[in-house]
Formats: sequence, C-alpha cells, structure tokens
Amino acid sequence: MEFFSHGFGLFLLILAQCLAVTVVILVSLAFLMYGDRKIWAAVQIRRGPNVVGPWGLLQSFADFLKYIVKEIVIPAGADKTVFMLAPMISFVLPVIVWAVIPWAPGWVISDMNVGILFIFAISSMHVYAIIMGGWASNSKYPFLGGLRSAAQMISYEVSLGLIIIGVLVSTGSLNLSRIVEAQAGSWGLFSWYWLPHLPMVVLFFVSALAETNRPPFDLPEAESELVAGYQVEYSSTPFLLFMIGELMSVFFMCALISILFFGGWLSPIPGIPDGALWMFGKMLFWFFMFSMMKAIVPRYRYDQLMRIGWKVFLPLSLAWVAFIGLAAQYGWLWGTYQRWIGG
Amino acid sequence: MAFATFAFYLFAVIAVVAGAMVIFARNPVHSVLWLILAFFSAAGLFVLLGAEFVAMIMLIVYVGAVAVLFLFVVMMLDVNFAELREGMARLLPIGLLIGVVLLVQLGFVFGAWETSEQALSARQAITPAPEIVDNTTAIGKLLYTRYIFLFQTAGLVLLVAMIGAIVLTLRKRQYVKRQDVLKQMYRDPKAAVNLVDIKPGQGA
Amino acid sequence: MGIPVNRAAWYFLLTDIVLGFRVGMKYFFKPKATLNYPHEKGHLSPRFRGEHALRRYPSGEERCIACKLCEAICPAQAITIDAEPREDGSRRTTRYDIDMTKCIYCGFCQEACPVDAIVEGPNFEFATETREELFYDKAKLLANGDRWESEIARNLELDAPYR
Repeated sequence: MEFFSHGFGLFLLILAQCLAVTVVILVSLAFLMYGDRKIWAAVQIRRGPNVVGPWGLLQSFADFLKYIVKEIVIPAGADKTVFMLAPMISFVLPVIVWAVIPWAPGWVISDMNVGILFIFAISSMHVYAIIMGGWASNSKYPFLGGLRSAAQMISYEVSLGLIIIGVLVSTGSLNLSRIVEAQAGSWGLFSWYWLPHLPMVVLFFVSALAETNRPPFDLPEAESELVAGYQVEYSSTPFLLFMIGELMSVFFMCALISILFFGGWLSPIPGIPDGALWMFGKMLFWFFMFSMMKAIVPRYRYDQLMRIGWKVFLPLSLAWVAFIGLAAQYGWLWGTYQRWIGG
Repeated sequence: MAFATFAFYLFAVIAVVAGAMVIFARNPVHSVLWLILAFFSAAGLFVLLGAEFVAMIMLIVYVGAVAVLFLFVVMMLDVNFAELREGMARLLPIGLLIGVVLLVQLGFVFGAWETSEQALSARQAITPAPEIVDNTTAIGKLLYTRYIFLFQTAGLVLLVAMIGAIVLTLRKRQYVKRQDVLKQMYRDPKAAVNLVDIKPGQGA
Repeated sequence: MGIPVNRAAWYFLLTDIVLGFRVGMKYFFKPKATLNYPHEKGHLSPRFRGEHALRRYPSGEERCIACKLCEAICPAQAITIDAEPREDGSRRTTRYDIDMTKCIYCGFCQEACPVDAIVEGPNFEFATETREELFYDKAKLLANGDRWESEIARNLELDAPYR
C-alpha cells in the first residue's frame, strides 16, 4: 500500500485506473453498438444482427475483426500525415474525457476542480478530427462534409456551454463530483436538477445530438448529399477509429447528461443505496433515447439546423442563464437554484 | 518533482518547436495545425503552473474557437504563398523592427515583474494564497470586483465589434424567395388540408 | 395577425416528437416482420422461377430432345445447345450450357419446352464464389434435375390446372 501512495507507484496506480476505465468503456461500446442496431431494427420491425454469437451479441466483435483485417487505402492526392492523424484524434479525445467522469463517490481518475471546463476543452477539439479528415482527403465531398461539421459543432457548442453554465451557477462549482453532490436531497428523484432546469434538459439533449453528429443532425455524413461526408476516403482501421470515436462521444454525452441533470450515482428513491450502477443505468437510458431519436426523426436541412442553433437555442439558453443567475442570487423558489456547497 | 520538471521541458520544447514550425511550414494548413499544437503545449505549461482555469479557457477559446476559424479561412482561401514571399526582402526591416519592439516590451514587463518591489507587493495584495482559494474563484472574484469596469468595457467592445460585423455582412436582397419558417410552423394542418371522400365515378 | 397560441404551444411542448416517440415504441414491441432467414424461409409460389434443371423421365431417360426452342426464345441468349444422334439413333444434346450470369429468369425456356425438360426449379440459393461456377453445363443441369425432381414435379402438378 505504501508503494502506491507516491512516485512511481502512484503513476502505476493511475495508469491501471485509466486502463480499467478505457477497457470497460471500449467493451461496453461493443455491446452498445449492438444495442443501437437492435433498437433501430425493433422500431423498423426488423430483427437486427442475430447470427454471430447468442442473439448476435458478438456482432460488434466480428465487425471489429473485419475492419482491422481490411486494407488501409490512402488516396494518392491525400496529405498522408494529416490523413492518418485525423482518425487517431477522433479516437483519442473521447477516451481522454472519461478521466473526469465520477462513477460513484471517489470513483474518478482525476477529480479536478475544473472538470467541466476540461470536458468542454477536449470536446471542442473533436472538431479538428473532422476538419482534418475532410481536408486531408483532398476530395470534394469530404471537404464539404468537414466544413459543414465544423460549423455545426461550433454552433452547438455555444448553446451547450451556456446550458452547462446554468448548472454551474446553481452548484457554485466546476467539479463534477460537486455537481452530483449538490443534487442529493430528501426528495430523491425530484431533488435532481432535471426538474428546476427542465427546459434546459431538452435543449441539452438536442444540442448533444447535434454536437455528436447524430441523427437528425448527421449532416456531415448525409449520404443523399455528401455520400459519407468526411469519411468518404477512409477505410479499414481509420474508419473504425472514426466510428468508435463518434459512438464514444455519444456515450459520453449520455454520461454528461446523467451527471448534470439526473444526479449521477444518486439513487432515484430515498432509502435505496446510491452507486455506480445507477450511473450506468441512467447512461443506458439516455443512450436508448439517442437511438430512438435516430429511429424516429427525419434528417434536418442544413439551414434549419443553423437557424435552430443560433436563433432558438442560443437566445433561450442565454435567457435561462440570466434567470438562473437572478434566482440563485436571491434564492427564489425556496433556494432551489442556490445549492452552493462551501464558499 | 522530477516528473514536473520533465513535463515542463517536454511542453516547453514542443511549444517552441511548434511555434517555429508555424513559420517554416510550407503549407498554410499545416501552419495552423502547428499553431494548435503550440496552444496546446502552452495550456500544458499553465497546468504545470497551477493555473488550470486559464489553461482550460485557453484551450476552449484559442483551440476550440479561434484556431478553427483560422483553419476555416486558410482552407477556403486559395493563398499563393510563393507570391506573398516575393515582397519579403522589402518588408523584412519593418518586420524586424516590430520584433525588436515586442522583445523590448517583453523585457520591460519581465524586468519590472522581477525587480520592482511595488510589483511584488501589488501582486500579493490582490491574490489570495493558492492554498485558500482555487484559481477559478480567485480570478472570478478579481474580475468581478476590482476590475469590473475594465472587464465590462472589454465585453462591450466585443459586443460592438460583433454587431458591427453582423451589420456589415447582413444585406436584404430583393426578388429572392425566402422561407418564412414561423409562418410555415403556424399553419395548422387541420385548416390547410381538407380530406374529401369521393366515391368511384363521382370525381371531377 | 396574432400568434396562433395553439400551434406555438404544440411546437414548444415538442408534441410532434412525443407523438413520433409513441409510434416508435408501438412498433418497437410489435412482432417482427422479417424472417430469421437462413433458418426460416418464406412461402414460394409453385410458379417460382429459380435455378434451372433438366428433368428425366421416370425411366431415367433424359427428356430433352434437342429441339433448341429454348435456345431460340432465350432473350438473353444464355443457352447454347449442340446436338447429335445418339448410338440408338435418337436425337439428343451433346452440349447444353446455360450461362447463369446472363440469364434473366424470365421463364421463357420452360414455356417453350415441348417435353417439360428444362424447368426453373424452386432453388434460389445457388450463389457461388467464382463466375466460372455459374456457367452451368449439361451434367450440372441434370444433377439439379435429379436433386429437385420431387419439388419440381409437385409444383408442375399444382400449377397444371391454370395452364
């Protein structure tokens, strides 16, 4: 025990924690991908993957094998370094952000004070993977897809950031564990932030859809217009990395929405113990919602997307921040918006 | 603190090399990518200083927003850098002059920071010890109390610039059919569509 | 013109999304419309036109008399036939090739055949890994006939009243 408290031992311990989280996330992603496909299939009255393994559970692993044994094709006109860098960035960034996600009290790799800013900083860099991929392919469709995606992600980051600021003002801290603790209360389910911040939950969910390029906002890869957007020239493992990165940021958004509005590891009914299982359950619920949105909503047009981002979401979330500021300062509504823990 | 020293030199070397590559890269897009790496290493240096708030804001603002716009512009414009380089010899003295001025200014700032006793006392007067308050709170308290006027003025300047940019680019073109989304949304399908059951042979 | 409050409330409360979600969930729990294909197969009509087969009489004699009507009618010109008298003096094919990559499965060959020799059987799972395997010769077609004879005979019988 002494060995793990400082120096090289501590380094090893942190490394082991990172490895544990990454492996768990990657393995659960394999099953999430399967779940995703099963959900769309169910809504379309299909069966979905059901051949590899029992009920098709191992389908993602078969796909994984298929991707990695395929040939990597690099277009002759491509900028090779940037072309290969893009999928790596797309894969690494969503892995990094899991470092600050608290699964249960103390179950977090890095409980940093500016956790939410860290998340924001890292996820704002995800756009580079797409721009770089689009530009380096040296081809029209990927380039247009990359441009679209960049504009889209920047637009929705603004409203996402403002919504998060509302939660931060309520909590008085940038630390994610603090945000969860602030939602603990004797009302269980109803003392979480989703109730006082209700309109923002919807806005956050829709912005998260747009931010992760999920349908109905999957314009960067709108196949009827851009073939496959920035991924057109990618094949094999680089394509796999893009796909894992995308899915991982979707799952990450599920984690974020659970923490910000649905009380993270807190149990919904007072008396039942809290724990990481609740957190995982909430994330799965939101993942289900993400999948259902893909199944039921048709794709937006690009100008509609920009309009709703700048003319609807931005003013609404800005007004909400102003409201939260006043409500928290003057303790309106029995201090619902004023849950400042320590200073 | 061997690891911190190692990390410092790692970030510092990367920042310097990336900064140099911004100038030396032949492809403008590569230049911007190197610039992003330089920003990133600078953020790493801020974290080592214990200024994690500044580091994250640096990433969000510079890497997440400003550099994206740079990249956008550079990717879209067809800049011929060979042509731009032709005037290099003529403009070199001016460039050097600006460089020297900047260097001298930096020297003054650094000198005052290190040597002047007033600077030291002024610093200590406004910043609480890092053990008591984390730097997010410290920066917030300073910005919104002591420097509130300057802070709000800066915000106002940015707002004016933003409105100016919007006014300059906004133009209402005539004879263009535009979609009025609100008008479309407010149309009630019940009032707009009339379903009529027509028997076979009785149609128009 | 004031703001139509009903419509505004309709959009603000995301009614369309909620309705769509309800429809989605309704279909989510419905029995699946698709089949578990390799294990379950759908019903095939007796007139289904699948893989070709050359039939034999119950005595074992091949039906085809090399009249070349099928070759003549084939719109894709997929059929090639050579004929010679056999030792016993009967007219038989020495070569009966169908290029399955050309065939359009129109069924004209089985309509044209006066002796019900060439038929399109109920088999549709004859995908191969190479093109060459799809250039069927006489031996392959006769083998198909032997393999699928019971199904083919049943289908012909079921379809007979409508001819």
